[in-house]
Amino acid sequence: MLELKTYRTQVHNDWCPGCGDFGIVNAIQMTFMEMQLEPHRVAIFSGIGCSGKTPHFVNAYGFHTLHGRVLPIATGARLANPGLTVVAVGGDGDGLGIGAGHFVNTGRRNLDFTYVLYDNGVYGLTKGQASPTLPKGVKTKSMAAPAIVERVNPIAMAIASGYTFVARSYALDVRHLKQTLRAAIEHRGSAFVDVLQTCPTYNDINTKEWYGGEDLPVKAPRLYKLEDSGYSGSVADPSTDEVNAKKGNALVKSFEWGDKIPIGVFFKMEVPTFEDQLALRMPALKDKPFVEQDIYSRDITPLLDELT
Amino acid sequence: MIGGPQGSGINSVAENFAKACIRGGLHIFANIEYHSNIKGEHSYYRLRVESKAPRSHVDWVDLLVALDRETLFGDLNKVHPTHRGHRHEVSPGGGIIYDRSLNLTPESFGRDDIQLFPIPYMDLLVDALKEFGKDKELSKYQVMVNTIALGASLGLADYDFDLATEAIREGFTGRKAALGDLNVSAAKHGYDYAKRSFGEDAFPIKLRKQPLTGKRMMIRGVQAVAIAKLKAGCGFQTYYPITPATDESEYLESHQKDYNMIVVQAEDEISAINMATGAAHAGLRSSTSTSGPGFSLMAEGLGWAGITEAPGPVIILYQRAGPATGLPTRTEQADLRFALHAAHGEFPRIIIAPGDVVENYYDTFDAFNYAEHYQVPVILLTDKFLASTYQDVPLFNGDNLKVDRGDIVSDSDLAGATDYRRYRWTELGISPRAIPGQKGGIFWTTGDEHDEYGHITEAADIRIKMMRKRMRKIELAGQVIPDSKKATLHGPSSSRITLVGWGSSKGAILDGMEDLKSDGIETNFLQVRFVNPFPTDYVQQVLGSARRKIAIENNYSAQMAGLIREKTGIGMDNTIVKFDGRPFSQNEIYEGVKDIIKNGMKEVTVSHA
Repeated sequence: MLELKTYRTQVHNDWCPGCGDFGIVNAIQMTFMEMQLEPHRVAIFSGIGCSGKTPHFVNAYGFHTLHGRVLPIATGARLANPGLTVVAVGGDGDGLGIGAGHFVNTGRRNLDFTYVLYDNGVYGLTKGQASPTLPKGVKTKSMAAPAIVERVNPIAMAIASGYTFVARSYALDVRHLKQTLRAAIEHRGSAFVDVLQTCPTYNDINTKEWYGGEDLPVKAPRLYKLEDSGYSGSVADPSTDEVNAKKGNALVKSFEWGDKIPIGVFFKMEVPTFEDQLALRMPALKDKPFVEQDIYSRDITPLLDELT
Repeated sequence: MIGGPQGSGINSVAENFAKACIRGGLHIFANIEYHSNIKGEHSYYRLRVESKAPRSHVDWVDLLVALDRETLFGDLNKVHPTHRGHRHEVSPGGGIIYDRSLNLTPESFGRDDIQLFPIPYMDLLVDALKEFGKDKELSKYQVMVNTIALGASLGLADYDFDLATEAIREGFTGRKAALGDLNVSAAKHGYDYAKRSFGEDAFPIKLRKQPLTGKRMMIRGVQAVAIAKLKAGCGFQTYYPITPATDESEYLESHQKDYNMIVVQAEDEISAINMATGAAHAGLRSSTSTSGPGFSLMAEGLGWAGITEAPGPVIILYQRAGPATGLPTRTEQADLRFALHAAHGEFPRIIIAPGDVVENYYDTFDAFNYAEHYQVPVILLTDKFLASTYQDVPLFNGDNLKVDRGDIVSDSDLAGATDYRRYRWTELGISPRAIPGQKGGIFWTTGDEHDEYGHITEAADIRIKMMRKRMRKIELAGQVIPDSKKATLHGPSSSRITLVGWGSSKGAILDGMEDLKSDGIETNFLQVRFVNPFPTDYVQQVLGSARRKIAIENNYSAQMAGLIREKTGIGMDNTIVKFDGRPFSQNEIYEGVKDIIKNGMKEVTVSHA
């Protein structure tokens, strides 16, 4: 039995007090424990920013990469070494600003891995500029003027890009978050989890109180669970029109924002992964990953003969 | 030379001709010039055939095969003309094969010292198609006039037609075999027509078979690199489509099933390098191939590979003429400084610049060993010219090539270990690495400065130690890798003139030296093959005692000459540069050196035009 402390490191954590990141990293560690994943079979990848420090706090192979480039590096490692459970994490600016091209194209591949987006609407580490998920017209405290560009919709973007598991959760609801992370990790295919999160230092609009709906005429939490509302985004048979119908429903749901914000699984479908398709081309991949095979004594003479 | 609009199939014609020559014991050097265009623009293929293996091309043409008018006269009628055709390049006594239906008068060629061989391309093609009952489908097979022209050129040179038959047939296997017969017939019609119509002695140059000297391959740079990657055990290749690098990845992808290599077409070169680095860290030998614009995008990723001491990737940089899009299908050697300095900050990298197809093979193989042994990114600096140029060479002998995966911790070393440090301080700077998945080998890696475990630190003393640790590795590589792999002095050490060059101009320089020698000018040639770590002592020793030093480079500013001065304090006496996007020819080397020696020029710029 692996205990929670197995997944922790002694590295000093310098996130701001009350940061939503704590909830996410705790949920990640708890999920690994609940799944009893051996730490050396897990690799965590991150981009740059506050969220980028996540791997240092988790006892697993940890890759703290470049701003916006977490997905390519995670992709390369996962394809090379598919024995690893791969979890990539990153901020909203990292994933949907500088890394947006990778976000889209990684979804298309349907690699078997999980991508967790720390979504707080601001660039924290550079001191509070608007991130791509900040709504138009909003001005957080360190911005000079309100945002004059539209926000991106991470859920809609993920569905359009081809992620086969698309969900949203909330950093301060650790129970819901770990349940969502577990479903994401267990999903065979590219799983995307948009984690709404507070930044107590720079986002003075989307605060814990705001998510709690304390500003509403009738005080009620803004967040509600899709599964409690009778919504299901799971595709039972991917060979049918159900796929488009479910994607359509999910897109509509993803634009709900304001007094009511849905969390939970928007869309889910099991189809062959990138790894499955590579193994169809290269049957040797079915036996074991190339990293465990001897590919260092290949016979190239047929290639040379072909050129004579 | 064969020229025609892009899409007219000059490649297959030239390559079939070349193959037929090699099968007959002759030797070839074949390279193509083409536009950034899919169909219609002028392209030409130069095929040099010799009894002794040529290492370069020359700027004259003994037999010009024109598939269209533009090949002869250029595009001077356009609003923005780009060339004046190739008729003026034909050597005195040489010949031109062209389409009789162009109805050209001999006077229109403006030459009275060459032979004209008008061939009724279309009539002959119709005759060939009739034999197969396909003359009604002429438009579908129209492109085959190229094969008529091929046959005619073989006929004029009086070459063994059976060898051509064999070469043509090999291009059409399986379901396409019938098409092979059709092409052989088309070639035969051209062959017979030329012999029948112009007589045995119409064209003075005859190609005669020679005894074969062992098996030889017809191979170009991209293939040599790709085969070396397979030989070296590379398991992961990424790329984003770019001329002229893509051919290599396509070659690998077409063989991946037999050789077990993952090939990923990435969304951009940023992704390409970072995926490859991720794969290297995860334990698989990895590589990416690109050209200048793509390498520009890779700069930040290169730095990440450097600071995280990734065991790779191997980056193949096929230089082309820049900056920006520059001349996207033309060659240049102008990224030497860029490869050396790309990415911010300071970190170790190894840069090798092979000089020909054979060196492309061996240097690519070694690159993977260096990447894993020293845990550094390795850049192989080659170019469009070498990438697309065919030579015939003996089969590569791989027996003496040994894979060196560097220092990897074993599972038994890690058994019970609780304190594995991925960046452990060691005397040589190299830390034994774990492969993710190994029990006890958990490590962290980061593009921030880090401690021995790979956790972020901003401590000044650790920064200093880590910088020294990383840079120590490149010093070490400089000491361990022998000079014989890093630089070569070709020719007599006592020569009064030393030519200095690097990369793909090697062949033209070696061939040019022979012309100079016939003219009584003895030279030697210092070929620098390692850009980093730089063979400072060896270069200093050779150039320190050299008298006249002439740098020869396919760029504007003689970048290697600058690097040599930086490393050794030794300046060049003269430079010969070429930056029109075309490679050096043998005669340009000869003429350039003559301009310096006889005409007293200090700096010479040569140009194909």
